Parts: sequence; C-alpha cells; structure tokens
Amino acid sequence: MAFLEIENLYKSYGPNAVLRGIDLSVNQHEVLCLIGASGSGKSTLLRCINALETIDEGEIRLDGDGISGPGVDVNKLREHIGIVFQNFNLFPNMTVLRNIAVAPEMLLGLSREQANERALGLLDRIGLADKANAHPDQLSGGQQQRAAIVRSLAMEPRMLLLDEITSALDPELVSEVLSLVRELARDGMTMLLATHEMNFAREVSNRVCFLHQGTICEIGTPEQIFTAPEHPRTQEFLRSIIAAGRL
Amino acid sequence: MTSELDGAGGVLTREPIRLRIAPTRHLISSALLVAVLCAVTGGALISAIWAPGSPVILGFQLGLTVVIAAGLILVIIPLIGAIQASRVKNPADRVEQRTKSAKSRQRAAVSMGVAAAVLVVMGVIYFLIVNDASVQKTFLQPDLMILSFPDILAAFGQNVFIALVAQVLVLIWAMVIALLRISKTAAMKPLRSLATLYIDIFRGLPAIIVIYLVGFGLSFTQIPGLSDLSATWYAIIALTLTYGAYTAEVYRSGLESIHPSQVYAARSLGFSYLQTMRVVVVPQGIRRVIPPLMNNFISLQKDTALVGIIGAVDAFNQSQIYAGNHFNLSSVTIVAAFFLIITITQARLLDRYLDRQERKRSGA
Ligand SMILES: Nc1ncnc2c1ncn2[C@@H]1O[C@H](COP(=O)(O)OP(=O)(O)O)[C@@H](O)[C@H]1O
Ligand SMILES: [Mg+2]
Repeated sequence: MAFLEIENLYKSYGPNAVLRGIDLSVNQHEVLCLIGASGSGKSTLLRCINALETIDEGEIRLDGDGISGPGVDVNKLREHIGIVFQNFNLFPNMTVLRNIAVAPEMLLGLSREQANERALGLLDRIGLADKANAHPDQLSGGQQQRAAIVRSLAMEPRMLLLDEITSALDPELVSEVLSLVRELARDGMTMLLATHEMNFAREVSNRVCFLHQGTICEIGTPEQIFTAPEHPRTQEFLRSIIAAGRL
Repeated sequence: MTSELDGAGGVLTREPIRLRIAPTRHLISSALLVAVLCAVTGGALISAIWAPGSPVILGFQLGLTVVIAAGLILVIIPLIGAIQASRVKNPADRVEQRTKSAKSRQRAAVSMGVAAAVLVVMGVIYFLIVNDASVQKTFLQPDLMILSFPDILAAFGQNVFIALVAQVLVLIWAMVIALLRISKTAAMKPLRSLATLYIDIFRGLPAIIVIYLVGFGLSFTQIPGLSDLSATWYAIIALTLTYGAYTAEVYRSGLESIHPSQVYAARSLGFSYLQTMRVVVVPQGIRRVIPPLMNNFISLQKDTALVGIIGAVDAFNQSQIYAGNHFNLSSVTIVAAFFLIITITQARLLDRYLDRQERKRSGA
C-alpha cells in the first residue's frame, strides 16, 4: 500500500473541468515530480491533497486513512502534509523566527521557548540564523522560499507538497532553494512537487508524472520520461521545453 | 517653422530654442496679471481700512504695502531673466539662453504662486476688518474668550471622554461586523446578512439623528440598565453604532486586500479559519487601513459636538450658553480652536507615522 493514494479524482471550477480522473500514488520516502503545461492542473491537484480545495469525486488516502470528503479534520490533516507555494508564503507581519515558530507553538502545544528553539535550529540548518529577527521583506526571494520550506518542516509533516517554489525567483536564486529540496530528498522526506525545472526533476525524482489537461498522460522513471517518452503529448511538451532551452 | 538663427541649418539645432521662449512669456504675463490683481486688492484694502489714528490698522497697512512690494519684485526678477534670455543672439550661446529662460520660467511660476497666496490672505484679512472690524469683534473678542475659556475647557473633557470611549468600542465592534461581513460559509449567511443590513442603515443615517433616537428613545423604553443611562453614555452608544458601520467597511477593505495566498499559507500550516484571521489577516489588514481609520476617528471626534441635543454638556453646548448671554460668538471660536488643535495634531502625528513606515519599508 502506497503512502499517499489518489483514486479517480475529479475537480472542476464551474464548467471548467480541471482534474479529470486522476489516479496517483506516492510511496513513503519517494520524490514524485509533476510536470506539465501551465493550466494542466498541477496546483489544483496539490491543493486538493491537503484540502485547500474540495474535490468533486474520488478519494484520497494518507497511510490508508481517507483524507478527502466530509468529516475529515482538515486542520489536523494539514499538520501532516506541508505545502509551499510559488510566492506570498511568509507572513509579512512577523519576524522570520515567528513565522516558523508560530504554528508549532499554537497548534502543537509547544512552549514559546521550545517553538523558538525549534525554529532557530531550522534556520541554522539553512544558514539563516542571523536573519531570525528580520522581517520577510528584508530577505531575498531565495531566502524567503527556504524559510517557507523550513516553516513547513517545523510542523514535522509526514509529507511535503511543493508548488513551483522556484518559478517566481530570479535565476541566480533558484539553486539555493533546489539544494535544500535535494537535501530533504536525501533525508527521506516524501515529496510531491510541481516544477518547471526539468533538469532538477530529472535528477531528484524517483518518478515523474506528466499531466495534460487534467489527466495523467504518462508516468515513469525520469529516464523513461525524459529520454524515451511514449505518449505524443509528452514528446511534444518536452520538445517545447528543449526549444525553450530549459532541458 | 525653421529658425534662421543658425546658418548651418542642421536638423538638431533648429526648433528647441524658439519653442522654449514662448511659454516663458506666457507665464510671465500671467504672473504679472496676478501681481496686478494683488496690488489692486491691496490698494482697495488699504483705502478700506483708512481710519487714522489706530496703530493696529496702521501696522496692517504697512505690512500690506511691504507684502505687495515684495510680490512685485518677485515678478520682476523672472521678467529680467526672460529679457536677458531673449537678448542672446549668438547660436553658440544656445545653452546659456536655454538655462536662463528655464530659470526665469521657474521664477515666474514661483512668483505666481506667491502672489496668488497673498491674494487669498489679503481677502481674508479684508473680510475680518471691513465694516469697522465687525467680523473680528463678533468672533474674536479677547475678553469674552478669556472669560469663557475655563468652563469650555472643562466641558471639552466631556468631548474627549466620549470620543475616547467610543473609539475603543468602535475598534472592537467594527471588527466583529467586518469579520461577519467577509465570512463565506453557508452557516454564517444569516449573520452576514444582518451585518450588511446594519452597515447599510447606520452608514445611511445622519449621526445627529442616531444620537437623537438613542438619547431620547432608549430612556423611554424602561429597559433596566438601558433606560437610565446618562446622556454621555447614550452619546457613546450612538456614536459607536454610527462609526462602527463606517469603520467596519474600512476594516473590510483592509482584510480583503490581503492576498489569498496568505490565507492559504496559514490554513495549510493547520490554522483554523479564526486562527488565520487573528494571526495573519487581521494584523496585516489593520496596518493597511490606519489612514482611513484615523479619518473616521477624526470625524467621530468632531461629531461629539452633536451630543448637546440630548442634553450632554459638552464644550460646544457650554460655549452656546456664553454666546447667548453675550450676543457674541467668541466663545464658540474657542471650541472651534480646541477641535482644530486636537484634529490637526493627530493629522500631523499620522503623517509622521506614515513617513516612518515608508522609510522603514524603503530602507529595508
Ligand atoms: N480558484 C480557481 N477558480 C477558478 N479556476 C481556477 C482556480 N484555480 C485554478 N483554476 C483553473 O484551473 C486550471 C488549472 O490551474 P492550475 O491547477 O493552477 O494549473 P497549473 O498549476 O498546472 O498551472 C486553469 O484553467 C485555471 O484557470
Ligand atoms: Mg500552478
């Protein structure tokens, strides 16, 4: 049994059918990359998994436990599945330290000292301990994203969802964020990430999943997808990526 | 229109010089016009207050003459500059010519501004001292001002008390209404509708009517605890109801301006809706609406002058007693001054605060 199982997932916004029968599973300690054109439904899929969106049909299970539909304690669920977005992640009304410490303190019942200690430890790990008392807008985009990632980690989640976390960054800031993700992968964090960084996807993931118009078009090992894609859509997508110089 | 000035006739060396002189002349003639207007009004003013013997008025006249003379000089300076600029004939001195005309243009604009301001000030002074200074005697009689000052100052404490208490209540009450107003779930629908209705009603009613209805209405109801309050507390309730509605809308605009991703980010950490509001959305939203919030509060403070209609003795009420007894409005001027002092002070403090915020943000 896989760690995260998605079965026959449907989701539409009004008449716009965004996810049309998604079947996907992620194993423990696996890194799975979602690739696909803009608008193919990657973000929607990630948001459905941690219940930021309701789903129309289908089922999602975490460790065998149903986490979709009514009756699920979504707040509890989200403590177990962290998510980081493209931007606007950090809270500008708090210091970087508070950003990381506030959730463990309020939700996990840690004392303020314990929460701050945990936050400082995480900041230290990413080399931002000296920015603990800075406000987010005093950090570079790359530093902000790394702080956002460790803020999720502070809740000690069992799985991490990353939605194009480098897409809004200046090119020279991308690598520091990717290194952190790489490190997490090495430590065995289960991750599902949507990305446009094909080289990174190829290097870090155990499997790559190509999404096209709300359906899974092709899924396989990075080698398979990037060197011998079977589906014409996948081939077309990769050609356009190569033409844009991103692979 | 090709300039004959430069024999070379290069495309680059033609138009700019001529084009730059014309508007200078324009400005200077406008400046002259305003200055002449100034001089004429000034003259009229001086002759209007021609009452020999009074040293005060003599001083006025002297001052005015100086001001008018200064204004004329201000106009003449750019005029000279413009004439100098137009004298430059040698194409090689084009840069100098341009610089001179630009300078004179600038000075002409400045002198126009100064002259216009002087015109307005002289108009006001004229209004004050015309007809044997009757306006000044009606509004600014020193002995009456001194006589009424202590009582009015004491009564102004009422205004301050009402404003302070009402503001604290408004801050809380309006946030409750705003949060109801932006709630989205079906369960909140009835309360959301009620909040909307409340805002519609109390934003639409003049404050004076609410004060009247609350002040007289509640005391008729015989409801224990509500019908035997003092006029001061009725005023506080009425102003809280009225400004609660305005302020709820201000809060709402602030809360809705927070990017939805902030809510997503908080919810995705496991915060509940209310925790998200409290920890992330409300603190950010309030910070964004501090200026309109202050405007609301200044309005509220001014509206404390309305509470006299339900029998609360505030500064305005007190001053009316003096005004009635002496057939003179100087005591009311005192109240006006009090209000100006507190509102202007707050406006400047707010400016300072916003400046500091701005500097902090750009300094980061
Ligand atoms: N909150 C929303 N309301 C309505 N339509 C949405 C919303 N979010 C996404 N969509 C639509 O869903 C489709 C998929 O979007 P998204 O999941 O963001 O794709 P991707 O992340 O792959 O670019 C798009 O057509 C988009 O317009
Ligand atoms: Mg997306």
